[in-house]
Amino acid sequence: METKNIMIVGVGGQGSLLASKLLGRLLLTRGYDIKVSEVHGMSQRGGSVVTYVRFGDKVYSPIVDKGEADFIVSFELLEAARYTEDLKKGGKIITSTQQINPMPVITGAACYPAELVAKIQAAGMDIDAFDALSLAEQAGSAKAVNIVLMGRLSKYFDFSEEEWMTAIEQSVPAKFLELNKKAFTLGRDA
Amino acid sequence: MKMLMLGNEAVARGLFEAGCSFVSSYPGTPSTEITEAIAKYPEVYAEWAPNEKVAMEAAFGACLAGKRTFCGMKHVGLNVAADPLFTISYTGVNGGMVIGVADDAGMHSSQNEQDSRHYAKAAKIPMLEPADSAEALAFAKLAYDLSEGFDTPVLLKMCTRVSHSQSVVEPGERIEVSKSYEKTPAKYIMMPGNAKKRHPIVEERTAKLVEWAETAEINRLEDGSDKSMGIVTSSTAYQYVKEVCGDKYPVLKLGMIWPLPEKKIRHLAASVDKLVVVEELDGFIEEHCRNLGLEVMGKDKFSCIDELSQNKVAVGLGKAAAEGKALEEAIPARPPVMCAGCPHRGLFYTLAKNKVTALGDIGCYTLGAVPPLGALDTTICMGASISGLHGFTKAGGGKAVAVIGDSTFMHSGVTGLINAAYNESDSTVIIVDNSITGMTGHQQNPTTGFNLKGDPCTKIDLETLCKAVGIRRVRVVDPYDLEQCDTVLKEELAADEPSVIISRRPCALLKYVKHKKPVVIDPAKCVGCKSCMKIGCPAISMKDGKATIDNTLCTGCGVCAQLCKLGAISAAKED
Repeated sequence: METKNIMIVGVGGQGSLLASKLLGRLLLTRGYDIKVSEVHGMSQRGGSVVTYVRFGDKVYSPIVDKGEADFIVSFELLEAARYTEDLKKGGKIITSTQQINPMPVITGAACYPAELVAKIQAAGMDIDAFDALSLAEQAGSAKAVNIVLMGRLSKYFDFSEEEWMTAIEQSVPAKFLELNKKAFTLGRDA
Repeated sequence: MKMLMLGNEAVARGLFEAGCSFVSSYPGTPSTEITEAIAKYPEVYAEWAPNEKVAMEAAFGACLAGKRTFCGMKHVGLNVAADPLFTISYTGVNGGMVIGVADDAGMHSSQNEQDSRHYAKAAKIPMLEPADSAEALAFAKLAYDLSEGFDTPVLLKMCTRVSHSQSVVEPGERIEVSKSYEKTPAKYIMMPGNAKKRHPIVEERTAKLVEWAETAEINRLEDGSDKSMGIVTSSTAYQYVKEVCGDKYPVLKLGMIWPLPEKKIRHLAASVDKLVVVEELDGFIEEHCRNLGLEVMGKDKFSCIDELSQNKVAVGLGKAAAEGKALEEAIPARPPVMCAGCPHRGLFYTLAKNKVTALGDIGCYTLGAVPPLGALDTTICMGASISGLHGFTKAGGGKAVAVIGDSTFMHSGVTGLINAAYNESDSTVIIVDNSITGMTGHQQNPTTGFNLKGDPCTKIDLETLCKAVGIRRVRVVDPYDLEQCDTVLKEELAADEPSVIISRRPCALLKYVKHKKPVVIDPAKCVGCKSCMKIGCPAISMKDGKATIDNTLCTGCGVCAQLCKLGAISAAKED
């Protein structure tokens, strides 16, 4: 199988590490070779963060380069727009429509671009944009956005819902399991 | 059982399996998780040392006692530990000793992009360089066999993309290894008479290691059908080469990058039309090839600046690289920022307001340099703020302060403070004490009262320490109290002797820190003057000409409320 590339992007602190952990667990049960590349340290402090997940028969590079991503999963709209150059031709962007102003916008040095979903579509890219934050809140916690997004991503993979649920069970604390399962289902069915 | 493991966790697993029983490190991205992971094994004693030099010397002492030991650090930490490094090379070891060093090509979280491989050559110490988690585990184990077999410390070189990538490993079982100590003055007392006899032994050792490198499995030649070029590579660069070329060209994959083999490289060069070296950062292997008199393509095609990637390697090799499509829209940058409720914010606001020159240091508080606070003037290395301030003040540089965190102060700020006291500059040193090592992800340090394993331990008292080294003026302020910060800063700047201000409040991200309810803005009173925006808090923004609070971020610290002259911002009623 040709290597598949997933990028998970967002704002430092939004929970992308849990999403990549979940994906890693799931893919490992299928016997794939996997590499997951994370960012730690300085850039985590509210900055733009990106995690790479690659899987296939044999994966060499730990990173996804420009024009290589089959999927870009984004926690935040501006971050989805930032990484479009990484999308493979025919790839798909899955994004929450949540907007978080970066510091240059807060200070008035820059503007948050308007109509980003339409602009990404106009550039010929396939984008699935939805309000993952509201679904997470509906599930019981705004922090479950990561699992809502994984639910949405699951629609484009041939893994069974049961396989995903097993991976969730292995990745989240027991007391948050029901909440996360609900978040996953809301994302998947949305 | 196969499992996914972070490169750093795999190193820890390898150390554990090899019977390592003593670890001393100082945290630094991207090396930190090695020590955090090994601390979870009850069989291993593990600690945070105040700095890398102490860590390396402690690890050496434990190896002298006969244990297999480890110390871990980031690339710039190896500079701090360079002094013992060069001499431990001469003494060799008793129990095996492995030194982990993690480079940060691309400077994801570092102040420079130095290439640590030069240390291996300069200190004449073998260096292993894994390319993924499975190798990280295997090489950590192999390093101990080399260390004891060749009587040398061994450097295990990581980098951001190996340290912070998860890949598949198969963990094994632990073995127990221990020797006893025997007094051997000629080996361990490095006074000139003894050291002169040790240096030739070091050179012989390197020659033997070169022979080992010629046959070692970790320096493996992978054959390819197309002999138009042959590639020498290691670490992540190897992964990028394979990603681009697959099995097309012969590849010499080096697992040990010092000392380097000669015959293996010559053999490859003789069997191909063109020899190519693909390596991250400096042309280290390339230089070795040139010294062998070989013609080689290298840094002219693969920059020594920034990390490599598969596309960069493809372009360097003259192949097509994947391309994407950027939006035409200008996308505003999202730089890292100080968190909402960060205790450093109030202090930096005070510094900026008083227009003082502020010599900074290494930690989260470097973010005080970015707009709108813009409160810092320098960032060099651990401890440089205090020593630099002393020189700046003595040279008549004007009203200035040093800003240094609690962990950084313990690392190498104390000696600078002793200099300020001893040589009598009227330095005003501000220790921003947030009760944790913040930047690297909340590690304990000597001022927190807890050790690496999370157990209560001796807590170094900053006030007592500063007074003990000769500072008579030691003040403590709460950085959430802007008026107090301003008053104390002015008083200490006016003092004609060295002084220390401890700006004390725990990091807002610490689990035990209870946040207040978000502040409330009265839109009837807010005139949109943006005074509250001067502190660069991510929880405050302007909407329709009025300030608004993001309730999901605000911790109710109240610093913004102190800036509003109209009283439009107030604390919420607590339940």
